Amino acid sequence: MDAILLQILNGMDKGSAYALIALGLTLIFGTLGVVNFAHGALFLIGAFCAVTFSKILSLSHVVIDESQKDFLGNPLKVEVPYIYDMFGQATGDVIIDWAVPLSLLFTVPVMIAIGFAMERGLIKHFYKRPHADQILVTFGLAIVLAEIVKYFYGANPIPTPAPSAFAGSFDFGAMLGFDPNTIIYPYWRLVYFAFAAVIIGGVFAFLQFTTFGMVVRAGMADRETVGLLGINIDKRFTIMFGIAAAVAGVAGAMYAPINSPNYNMGMDFLVLSFVVVVVGGMGSLPGAVLAGFLLGILESFASMSVVLETLPGINQIIIYLVAIIILLTRPRGLMGRKGVMED
Amino acid sequence: MSFSKLTRRGLIKTGAVASAGLALPTYLRADGHSGFTNAPQGDTVTLGFNVPQSGPYADEGADELRAFELAVEHLNGEGDGGMMQTFSSKVLEGNGIMGKKVNFVTGDTQTKSDAARASAKSMIEKDGAVMISGGSSSGVAVAVQALCQEAGVIFMAGLTHANDTTGKDKRANGFRHFFNSYMSGAALAPILSNEYGADRKAYHLTADYNWGYTTEEAVRSSTEALGWETVNAVKTPLTQTDFSAYIAPVLQSGADVLVLNHYGGNMVNSLTNAVQFGLRDKEVNGKKFEIVVPLYSELMARGAGQNIKGILGSQNWDWKLENELGSRYAGTNAFVQSFGTKYGFPPSQAAHTCYVQTLLYADAVTRAGSFNPCAVVEALAGFEFDGLGNGPTLYRADDHQCFKDVVVVRGKETPENEYDLVEIVEVTPAEQVTYAPDHPQFAGGSLGTCNAGA
Amino acid sequence: MFGLNKKDAGLLIVVAILALAAPFILNPFPEGSAMAQFNAGYPDLMQRLVIFGIFAIGFNILFGLTGYLSFGHAAFLGVGSYAAIWMMKLLTMNVIPAIVVSIIIAGLFSLLVGFISLRRSGIYFSILTLAFAQMSYALAYSVLTPITGGETGLQPKYTDPRVLDKALEAGQQPRANLFGLEMNQGFQLEMGNWVFTFNAGYYIAAVVMLVAFYLSIRIFRSPFGMMLRAVKSNQQRMNYTGLNSKPYTLAAFVISGMYAGLAGGLLVAMDTQVGAERMFWTASGEVVLMTILGGAGTLIGPVLGAGFIKYMENIVSKINKSVLEQWFAFMPDGIEDVLVAIIYPFVGKGWHLTLGLLFMLVVIFLPGGLVEGGQRIGKMFRRRDANANSIEADAAEQRKPAAE
Repeated sequence: MDAILLQILNGMDKGSAYALIALGLTLIFGTLGVVNFAHGALFLIGAFCAVTFSKILSLSHVVIDESQKDFLGNPLKVEVPYIYDMFGQATGDVIIDWAVPLSLLFTVPVMIAIGFAMERGLIKHFYKRPHADQILVTFGLAIVLAEIVKYFYGANPIPTPAPSAFAGSFDFGAMLGFDPNTIIYPYWRLVYFAFAAVIIGGVFAFLQFTTFGMVVRAGMADRETVGLLGINIDKRFTIMFGIAAAVAGVAGAMYAPINSPNYNMGMDFLVLSFVVVVVGGMGSLPGAVLAGFLLGILESFASMSVVLETLPGINQIIIYLVAIIILLTRPRGLMGRKGVMED
Repeated sequence: MSFSKLTRRGLIKTGAVASAGLALPTYLRADGHSGFTNAPQGDTVTLGFNVPQSGPYADEGADELRAFELAVEHLNGEGDGGMMQTFSSKVLEGNGIMGKKVNFVTGDTQTKSDAARASAKSMIEKDGAVMISGGSSSGVAVAVQALCQEAGVIFMAGLTHANDTTGKDKRANGFRHFFNSYMSGAALAPILSNEYGADRKAYHLTADYNWGYTTEEAVRSSTEALGWETVNAVKTPLTQTDFSAYIAPVLQSGADVLVLNHYGGNMVNSLTNAVQFGLRDKEVNGKKFEIVVPLYSELMARGAGQNIKGILGSQNWDWKLENELGSRYAGTNAFVQSFGTKYGFPPSQAAHTCYVQTLLYADAVTRAGSFNPCAVVEALAGFEFDGLGNGPTLYRADDHQCFKDVVVVRGKETPENEYDLVEIVEVTPAEQVTYAPDHPQFAGGSLGTCNAGA
Repeated sequence: MFGLNKKDAGLLIVVAILALAAPFILNPFPEGSAMAQFNAGYPDLMQRLVIFGIFAIGFNILFGLTGYLSFGHAAFLGVGSYAAIWMMKLLTMNVIPAIVVSIIIAGLFSLLVGFISLRRSGIYFSILTLAFAQMSYALAYSVLTPITGGETGLQPKYTDPRVLDKALEAGQQPRANLFGLEMNQGFQLEMGNWVFTFNAGYYIAAVVMLVAFYLSIRIFRSPFGMMLRAVKSNQQRMNYTGLNSKPYTLAAFVISGMYAGLAGGLLVAMDTQVGAERMFWTASGEVVLMTILGGAGTLIGPVLGAGFIKYMENIVSKINKSVLEQWFAFMPDGIEDVLVAIIYPFVGKGWHLTLGLLFMLVVIFLPGGLVEGGQRIGKMFRRRDANANSIEADAAEQRKPAAE
């Protein structure tokens, strides 16, 4: 019982990450009809926005300390962050500690700008081109973006810890009356879960309850008619692209403490997020979120050792196996519309 | 085609003129008169350095490449000579290898066996390389080693830790200086039992591929021999990035030690996740919960940041060895000095093993008096040496594996700088990690005989 | 000739000449010159160029004609490779049984995958094929290690049974051969500063590639090929006329799977080793990129695309800093350093960056792939008969209306 509760919790958490990425992907697909293989790269850039921001905070000038020696026996160079000079050491440390949450202030505008630039500079020219061309050009872009990150940050993962206030884990077991330590969960992952819920809810509310969202939804359903009504739908779609990029970006930035970001993480998430979107049904926002959680939970269950003992290797293939079963029983994924991306 | 920074331009100018006339490629054409693949012609010899330059191990590959460049520099008599001064064999004179200036070519393995073979083949077929070295994973090492055996060149393995490289997949033309899974287990077990007690319950998470299997087996069998109990061992996919689903059930199992048989990106992520779950702050069975990482990699440990504090693991070598444990590990400081002066930071163990392998190859060629792979094999097999940073070392003839002391390290609580990540806990002497050539963990292979090519 | 019309026969002859003269064409620079770095005329790369050409030709029969975008073709290549290596371990080092069995096994596997995946179309089909390929990769790398060798892959050893071959003498290496002709045999021709390598393995692979290319022309021009194009342009209309399209698409899928198996078998024949990475999704993606980059739906395009990507991977990745410094050594110091600094990020370990940029440039400016680039150049030279100039024009036109 407690083991199952634990894996559901786990799956919800993993699912929230999948859902966040898939949401942005399906937003772009639904509005613009573009298959964006560079979406994983946007997630990557978001994570590296957090890295960059914490590097900026720790920008230092060098003080030579004659009393200490470095590994070659030369006088040690001590780096003092500028932020110490500005706020004093104590406040400076607190700011550096909170770098990841604070980086959202930096990530959102950067990602919106990148989203606009991508849409206006590149994607716009591909609306009328075949999906295969869209895939190729965005895949090329994804490689280029990842290589740029590698050029500046190397290939190694870069530790980007959460604020120390969120270190450690919360003991659900004790709260629910189980033995202590049976159901524990890290604070930062709970934060991530809540954060994902807020973002997903926010995007839905925005599309559902604002005039802007209504126009965009109308445009998704029938772009031509909305255009004929005299509405500049292109401009709104550009804004939606910016929003989708920002969603991917903040998902990446907040993910940085969970797994140290490296330049390959975009590609790692790319295939998975496509599977999630397709299982959810192309063009369906609720489908993407539902599929994200479903696959996250199933993946967690498949990694339980009881399951692995009976079906060795099931954890390797569970996501793809489930995708096949769902696509064979429900032709357009969980909530897909007829005729979308079927030819 | 490398030249040192110092005299680069002058050399390039003369070298380019000279090589246009002299350095004809040597593949096959040399066979008629020399009897082995890629016999060096003229006054140069070409070595192939095949390291990961893209993918997750690119930084490790870059560090290996730095070490190779340094080794070539020293062999050609430039720089301060590094470990050539401390090496017990004194035949290297800084005039290249047997008077032939050392050139090198580089390639990208991408940490994929296909790409690594393609890259190594181009070095052999196009560039006339007579020795291939490098690599950062056992899959690549085994694949390239088999290729070198077929082509008739020498393979000096870089970082490869799985037992198979000198076990079931060993080849006569291949040599491994790096240590292996068995040695990690044998070195760690007594120290684990000293530090954490003899009645511990261990939970293994194992990367689901060959290296993971051999490491789990090695650590399990050596810890169980000292009284530990293995509660559970779960295999994790190589492509896994989030290990929460594997970490979460650990505490429920009643285990009080978690062994992470992971390397590289897997290790960074699983360790980070384990620390996030607060495992290190828990008490189970009245004992403090501990985490063990059998194979440490400094570069990857940097990726795990604060999370490595207090975590035990093993290494092939560490740049602080000679400072902390004295002149038995002579050579270490000489290498750190020249590497640090050139690049500004201390070398990793991957860099060390690649540097040493290059010197060992050059030394073997010089002692044998020939670049012929079979002569080199004869010179290296059973070779005993010292002064290359690991203390007295034996290149065993039975399996072409080096036997030397193993360093057991612990993540430092208060690192002095970003390169000072681990402290040396103890050094397990070579005798304790030596095994019989037909040990069951290494069974099933055969060296065959050396191949000198066409 | 061979039942081809004049244009197609001309194309086949051009390809044949290019393939047979590849050792000359790919080695245009004299040895020892700075440009020798760009020579690609060594056996391994030449073999890879034609083998991946075969893979892409096969993929194009499915994607170029029917428009079904499979994201899992690397699985068939991998399965073919495993079949071939097992033949070499158990039966004989002769490449014929290895290649034949690899085609059969890959064909059977693609029949299974195709039968299931073709129940869906569009991106749903792509994801189904991707799922099968990723499952094959994950299992081959882990739980199937006893069969596949897992991480370390499989290589022939001299201890393998090989029932048809006589036992190897001590010290002998098992070598892939064709009735005694070893794949790595060959000779070199020296002409002044130029050295040309002629390799047995390459010529065997090249001949197989020509046969594969010929078959693909025949398929393109056959009624069966027309039917497949009908699937691409309007499957619904086809169904309304009372035709069931599924047997045709399934046949195309299996044929392209067999091409992939052939490529996998040849890879093993030329370089006796298999690793599971061969089936990873990036490998499937690579063949998609080769085909689109060269020009999907054209005859020669996939081969060009395959050559382009493999050349980048093997040549550009080997240009390191000291090579650059050598190239620009004749320049004054300051300018040399600037040039090296500008170019360095794009070569050697940065070769992926160049690859990505080239993908983007080709797709943006040459929607029909490299073939379209060739046509444009051709047009510049022969303005007058611009309409008649290309065999590929009709095929290239085919894919344009696919938008929406």
